[in-house]
Amino acid sequence: MRRLWIGLTVVLFGLLLIVPVVRIIMGAFNEGWRGFSDGLSRPETLHALFVTSMIVVIVTVVNTVFGVMMSLYLVRATWLGKRIKQLLNSIVDLPFAVSPVIGGLMIVLLLGPETALGALFNSAGVDIVYAIPGMIIATLFVTFPLIVREVMPVLQEIGNAQEEAASTLGASAWTTFWRVTWPSIQWSVVYGVVLTVARSLGEFGAVLVVSGNILFKTQTATTLVYQDVENFNLTAANSIALVLAAGSVTLLLFMEWAKSRREVH
Amino acid sequence: MHIEVSGLYKKFGDFQAVTDVNFEIEKGQLIGLLGPSGGGKTSILRMLAGLESVDKGDIVFHGKRVNDLPPQERGIGFVFQNYALFKHMTVEGNIAFGLEVKKWSKAKIKDRVAELVELTGLSGFEKRYPHQLSGGQRQRVAFARALAPEPQLLLLDEPFAAIDAKIRHELRSWLRDMIDRLGITSIFVTHDQDEAIEVADQIMIINKGRLEQKGTPWEIYKNPQSPFVAEFIGESTIVEDASSLRGFGNASDWPGTKALIRPEYVEVGKPSDFKLLSATESGRVRHVHFRGSEWLVEVEVGSTRLVTYRSLEKEIVHPGDEVQVLIHRAYLFNNNDSWIMENKLKEDPMPVHI
Repeated sequence: MRRLWIGLTVVLFGLLLIVPVVRIIMGAFNEGWRGFSDGLSRPETLHALFVTSMIVVIVTVVNTVFGVMMSLYLVRATWLGKRIKQLLNSIVDLPFAVSPVIGGLMIVLLLGPETALGALFNSAGVDIVYAIPGMIIATLFVTFPLIVREVMPVLQEIGNAQEEAASTLGASAWTTFWRVTWPSIQWSVVYGVVLTVARSLGEFGAVLVVSGNILFKTQTATTLVYQDVENFNLTAANSIALVLAAGSVTLLLFMEWAKSRREVH
Repeated sequence: MHIEVSGLYKKFGDFQAVTDVNFEIEKGQLIGLLGPSGGGKTSILRMLAGLESVDKGDIVFHGKRVNDLPPQERGIGFVFQNYALFKHMTVEGNIAFGLEVKKWSKAKIKDRVAELVELTGLSGFEKRYPHQLSGGQRQRVAFARALAPEPQLLLLDEPFAAIDAKIRHELRSWLRDMIDRLGITSIFVTHDQDEAIEVADQIMIINKGRLEQKGTPWEIYKNPQSPFVAEFIGESTIVEDASSLRGFGNASDWPGTKALIRPEYVEVGKPSDFKLLSATESGRVRHVHFRGSEWLVEVEVGSTRLVTYRSLEKEIVHPGDEVQVLIHRAYLFNNNDSWIMENKLKEDPMPVHI
């Protein structure tokens, strides 16, 4: 009986994880190294990878700064009422509960070219939807809870006694944050950053809805894979998928390391 | 630092934590804030530190109102209940922190840290992290850290609560010596009356957010000004009808008067032990507890149960023994008043002068 369960687990693990990865590797190299490098060196691939990395960098920076600030306010701010804190706390999780496609759709409905806000931005010369800003907003929306959810429990656990001690010793809020709070939360922030990078690297639904998937303009790596599959350009699709998968595996390994660091400190 | 607090109020939500607290502290004194948990002691301490805002009232340091000063600018040192050491800094780093933020020179910081390490007996532990220290050592690091920037006032929140009994005793006298030597005004919070009595120059009894009494430990013990203080300090028994006690019959002049009796007010023994047998009444021993340095005897007189201490030198009494009980004095109180009354029958009704 026990063997049966172990066997089933292994089979499921293999079917869900190993087989697809092997399949992607085989697909990427079914025309040899040549097909793989051709698939990657196409101008549209390079552009898509550029767009993806740009989004990843901007989203990660913005979410790190605001995620940490949000966590600090939700845990420490005494000027926020208890009710408001609870409300904000549940709103933070909204992106987890809402499908990314719906998230993207909300942005289109709010900031699309036909809406008042969208028209306003358009007249100022900034396109939000079907352009990079919209894609950044969509990815920000999807990844916002990740850092907050990593950092908040740590802040709650360490309590504010150390920070109060620093203030009685004469340290300003800024000094207290960098010298007392940050060392305690830094590995949680790193962990949250890794999750954010991984999530924004692989985000598809929200970005597809918002970007319109315009070649050489708003196409990201994931939406390019989607388009290549649609066009039966499977070798190229597998090649890009392999690059994304390799990126994710690297991040996972880094995350394991960050996790072990976090437990030490 | 001379401290003056007047009309202090603090409310947390619907909970009135501190109500109309007034006191004054002379420079160089060691004050114990004593009272039951949740009574508002810590809130008062935190308001003095500036860690909690004041709803109403004034806090004055050295003639200057500090209500609106943040903790950074009050010139205080604070020792937290669980020490709140910076856990990612070494002992040295912890002690130096307050000096670094005050932009002392490197050389001065080094000297001051060395001085405090020496003073607190932490030599050899400078490079350790808080989790590598024992409770007593952490307490001393917290103390050294608070003292490093040369504060004018030292505030300690339950400084010994997290330390086991034996070391607590040592640390108490160590702290007392240290504060005497430095001459720094200090206020500490405790719920342990032994601690307050042993360490403090003056005790302030805080109950339900109010200051019940302020005075030296002896004054408070000898002359409690409210039933709460009388009951809180020392072990005691409350007798609902004071006039039922032998020798206190005239307590019935004040209807509804209750009596509070401390163990040391009561004496038990054989009839031959007492000079004036008429002042005693008979009772029966219910329980006897060995307390290490004395016996604690529970004795029943009529329907009241009293507690007393008995020296180990005296003859041992056993549960069930018939004994004579003499109540020397009682602390009487009713709704409007409280006073101490001596046993009226103790004075010889027919003194013989030779």
